[in-house]
Amino acid sequence: MTALIPVTKMQLLETGIDGLDQIAEGGLPAGRSTVIAGTAGSGKTVLALQFLVDGIRRYGESGVFCTFEEDPADLVANVSSFGWNLNQMIEDNKIAVVDATQHVSDNVIEVGHFDLSALLARIENAVRRVGAKRVILDAIGALFPQFSDANMVRRELRRVQSGLRLLGVTTVVTMERTDEEGGVGRFGVEEFVADNVIVLRNRLEVEKRRRTIEILKFRGASHQKGEYPFTIDLRNGITIIPLSAIELVQKSSEVRVSSGVPELDKMCGGGMYRDSIILISGATGTGKTLMVTEYVKAAINAGERAILFGAEESAEQLRRNAASWGVDFADAERRGLLRIICRYPEIMGLEDHTIQMKRDMEEFKPARIAVDSMSAFERVSTPKSFREFVIGMTSYIKHQEITGLFTNTTSMLPGGESVTETHISTITDTIILLRYVELSGEMRRGLTVLKMRGTWHEKNIREYAMDRGGIQIGQPFTGVHGILTGSPSYGYADERQRLATMFPTSVADQSTLPA
Amino acid sequence: MTYQLRLYVTGRTPSSIRAIDNLRDICAKELYGDIEVDVIDVLENPALADDERILATPTLIKRLPEPVRRIVGDLSDRERVLIGLDIAGEPLVTLKTQGNSS
Repeated sequence: MTALIPVTKMQLLETGIDGLDQIAEGGLPAGRSTVIAGTAGSGKTVLALQFLVDGIRRYGESGVFCTFEEDPADLVANVSSFGWNLNQMIEDNKIAVVDATQHVSDNVIEVGHFDLSALLARIENAVRRVGAKRVILDAIGALFPQFSDANMVRRELRRVQSGLRLLGVTTVVTMERTDEEGGVGRFGVEEFVADNVIVLRNRLEVEKRRRTIEILKFRGASHQKGEYPFTIDLRNGITIIPLSAIELVQKSSEVRVSSGVPELDKMCGGGMYRDSIILISGATGTGKTLMVTEYVKAAINAGERAILFGAEESAEQLRRNAASWGVDFADAERRGLLRIICRYPEIMGLEDHTIQMKRDMEEFKPARIAVDSMSAFERVSTPKSFREFVIGMTSYIKHQEITGLFTNTTSMLPGGESVTETHISTITDTIILLRYVELSGEMRRGLTVLKMRGTWHEKNIREYAMDRGGIQIGQPFTGVHGILTGSPSYGYADERQRLATMFPTSVADQSTLPA
Repeated sequence: MTYQLRLYVTGRTPSSIRAIDNLRDICAKELYGDIEVDVIDVLENPALADDERILATPTLIKRLPEPVRRIVGDLSDRERVLIGLDIAGEPLVTLKTQGNSS
């Protein structure tokens, strides 16, 4: 009787591509081939080439790049905008090119039996010549129209695959799909060619392209399931945002920082936690931007750096607003304590915003950031990608122990629920509501700390006013119910009691003060 | 007429040997003039296969006379090889029917 040989754990090869190794839980299966399938323009070739380039740059592993469709010179030119100098790498014998394209002028006639041994021989030679660890076969679908017998091509591709396996190289094979959904490839070869399949998608959602990557299967290795958004940009090439692969391992800080409004700090039990996410939610004109300004001012005064991400106003407007409240943003910027970054949400997809904002934070290393307003980003996205954006942002800033303050504009004046709130309220640590309160025919403003994780906080709804000195938080509204629902009702026993609330310094009112 | 032919093969596989035999026979019986034939073993000289982007073996490339033609396969169908080499040895009509029936 033969005993089953214990299976050793699948060896993985780190690709070096941001995020891919996380969702692949370590990397691509080493010594195997992985198919990357996707529609035209989904980023297959970029991903494959980045696999080679990162191999050289990060791990000193040479590679072979075999192209079936695009002329090598064109490919080299196309990716030079990413700052990848393939020509130099070819010159340095880090990359060997196998040109398997067919030219129109080739005038091929088939007469009798043949196979693709020359292809395998050339790839093997290229692998040996540069000592390659990584091989890419780009657009193998282009091989099929070159020959009349598709079965022969399939058989030969399998031979190429086993040849590469014997060489011990890790191979990435790109393959075109006709649809975003359905079968993996066009020619029914994926089952033969690869144990491992990655699908790239490029869907149109709310008039914006949204790129996702999904690991469909890794034979013998575990991986994260489902689609992950990714971006392609000129600086980093492909960056995958490994959302659910983000672990909840943030440290928890006991250090408190000021919100910039001393009374609010008191309401929050002594200030905000340093690594917390604060959501300020209120209708237009309730003073959200003022809260942001105070918060940024607190950072500046503490000598800490802050980034203010503006989504609705220009940097110039934000500076002017701040100046009208007596805060000099321009001076703080000159002193290197503040950076104001304004981008309209519409200019790019949320995935790109995530990457861009992370990059800004990596560069500036702020202790605090503020986003004014978060709901502006929601406008341009689907609920799913918005949620991913918020999760991506919050997990990053928590990890970096940055304090984050987001604002959210509610649609109804006296309050009520907003979609942004329902989406991100569970992610934020502290929620502060700013509400209009209609009292006796007068619009007043009320503020309450709805939730604050891990600490005592005041539960009252306090009246506040805005003036040149910033936000002045006054006394709690008493005798009024239903402020948050937007339809307050009065519960005064008599007129004398109502009048008493109007004079907060009176002795009768002191009893309602928090302990 | 000057012929410059290159035959790419991989080692001593049956189809390589057949292709070499068939080409030798065609050169002896069908071609007249200066005939230059190079046989290149891709396993020994992969760089030469790179130059011509050879994928399939056997591949015969007719470099001269122009136009350049490629014939892949073991050259077992003589009529089709001759068409590929632009040698119309027989009346066109006959060639056509034979071409279709094969």
